[in-house]
Amino acid sequence: MSPDSTEDTPRGAVPLLELLDVGFAVAGKPILEGIRLTVAAGEMHALLGRNGAGKSTLAELIMGCAGHALTAGAIRFAGEPVETLPLHERARRGIALAWQEPARFEGLTVGDYLRLGAAEADPAACLRQVGLEPEDYLSRQLDRTLSGGERKRIELAGVLALRPRLAILDEPTSGIDFLSQEEIAGVVRALRRQGAVLLITHQESLAADADRASQLCGGRIVCQGTPAAVIAHYKTRNCPRCDGERCHA
Amino acid sequence: MPDFAPLYDAFRQFGGNPDPLLAPDAAHLIAYGHQLVSRQTAPGVSIDAEAGERGVRARVTVEAGRIVPQPVHLCFGLFEPFGIQDIALEMVMGEGSEATFWSHCLFTLPEKARHTMDARIELKPGARLTQNEVHYHGPSGGIVVVPKARVRVGEGARYRADFSLVQGRVGMLAIDYGIEVAARGTAELTSKVFGHRTDDIAIVERISLDGPEARGLIKTRVAVEDDAQARIVGATYGNAAGARGHVDCLEIVRGRAVASAVPEVKVSHPEAKVTHEAAIGSVDQRQLEALMARGLSPEEAVDRIILGMLQ
Repeated sequence: MSPDSTEDTPRGAVPLLELLDVGFAVAGKPILEGIRLTVAAGEMHALLGRNGAGKSTLAELIMGCAGHALTAGAIRFAGEPVETLPLHERARRGIALAWQEPARFEGLTVGDYLRLGAAEADPAACLRQVGLEPEDYLSRQLDRTLSGGERKRIELAGVLALRPRLAILDEPTSGIDFLSQEEIAGVVRALRRQGAVLLITHQESLAADADRASQLCGGRIVCQGTPAAVIAHYKTRNCPRCDGERCHA
Repeated sequence: MPDFAPLYDAFRQFGGNPDPLLAPDAAHLIAYGHQLVSRQTAPGVSIDAEAGERGVRARVTVEAGRIVPQPVHLCFGLFEPFGIQDIALEMVMGEGSEATFWSHCLFTLPEKARHTMDARIELKPGARLTQNEVHYHGPSGGIVVVPKARVRVGEGARYRADFSLVQGRVGMLAIDYGIEVAARGTAELTSKVFGHRTDDIAIVERISLDGPEARGLIKTRVAVEDDAQARIVGATYGNAAGARGHVDCLEIVRGRAVASAVPEVKVSHPEAKVTHEAAIGSVDQRQLEALMARGLSPEEAVDRIILGMLQ
């Protein structure tokens, strides 16, 4: 692992999420191998890598989505193993995932969706935080009538409503207009203040805001350290795993 | 004085209140079995009805140009353990008229019963009719429901019909709707049904887009569980220039239930276009996971998805 760090937990930080040599394979073909990564409480960890590097797969593995059982290693959350727990049990322990392409529903309003699993939440306040006017959205259906960007913002509002201990955000700014990027960055920071964030992003400025970062290539972490160091490494096109052919092609 | 006690009892069973349909400014027709209980007209809405051994015959007319502010209520039901209710309904919406009809079909009590509806509906040019038919059934599963309608949608008219049977056991349901749409007319049919145990559901809906720029949408949402069966036919025919139609069928299957969908699209004019989409299977995995990620158990998530689809 290069260039500047083999240390995956900042000194003194309490690990909230621990991925211990995590491996995942489909039909014997390794998708993720030897993933060691921690996220401490109050920390934001950025995950970088080219499309297909395994970032979203890792997010779904941590969340416990169907067909994403570990083939090696362990996942600990707040010190307890969670890799055998079903998705909803992980959610109840405080892990939340904002999908890259969130689901749409018939017969479910935005307001109802935001209240699911978050009875104490203030849906209007959560919508305002992501730049949506509550009166325009609370009664709207969470269906195909929403644009991709609107649905994405609502997904972030949904995660805010849950007040998770760990928010996994899969490309939170994709589909969001250029002028609103800073607004979404503010939401990511708010989630970090609430708990911790594992952030998958292709946006340099957002990754730079993290406390630490990891670069994935071909299902392995090839670089881990400060965001500046990992971003710089990513830009050198000098991947120790593929010589830049796979992760920078 | 009509006896509305069975009506109140039935509405109470599903948390409803019949007061709006008995309001003095709302037209209504109420029949228990083959007994005519109450008939009330409103300005611009005439209701003629007669009842006999062979059933209830009714003719409802909304006068031309009349916009009816209050919904018109048709309330049918059976309040005995066994019974038959056959209804022949003729409805005419005058040119440029607008109205919303609610059909409340109450079959919460019978163990074995048959309810048939044979409707002839005509929308004159520019008329607008919204027809909501909601069935409330009990747990018996012994109800046979046969709604049949032939609808003519005139030039520039708009017809929208929503059928819902999601409370209680369906029993046997055989919907048969046929609609002809003239130039620039629109027809939208939505059916939502939830079948349990041995319920048997058959839905046949056909829209014929006969006039230029006619529009048609058939939307079917069916969930079946246990040993229930559902067969859905949604057919749209594009027969004129600029006609546009779409058939959208979604069925969720649980347990040993079986569902089939036959979208039939036919175009006989080169400038017409008809599309269809159908999905049958278990609940969408991404939807399921999205709800579980909010802490819902798999069972709670599936129930929420089905409830939403049928809402």
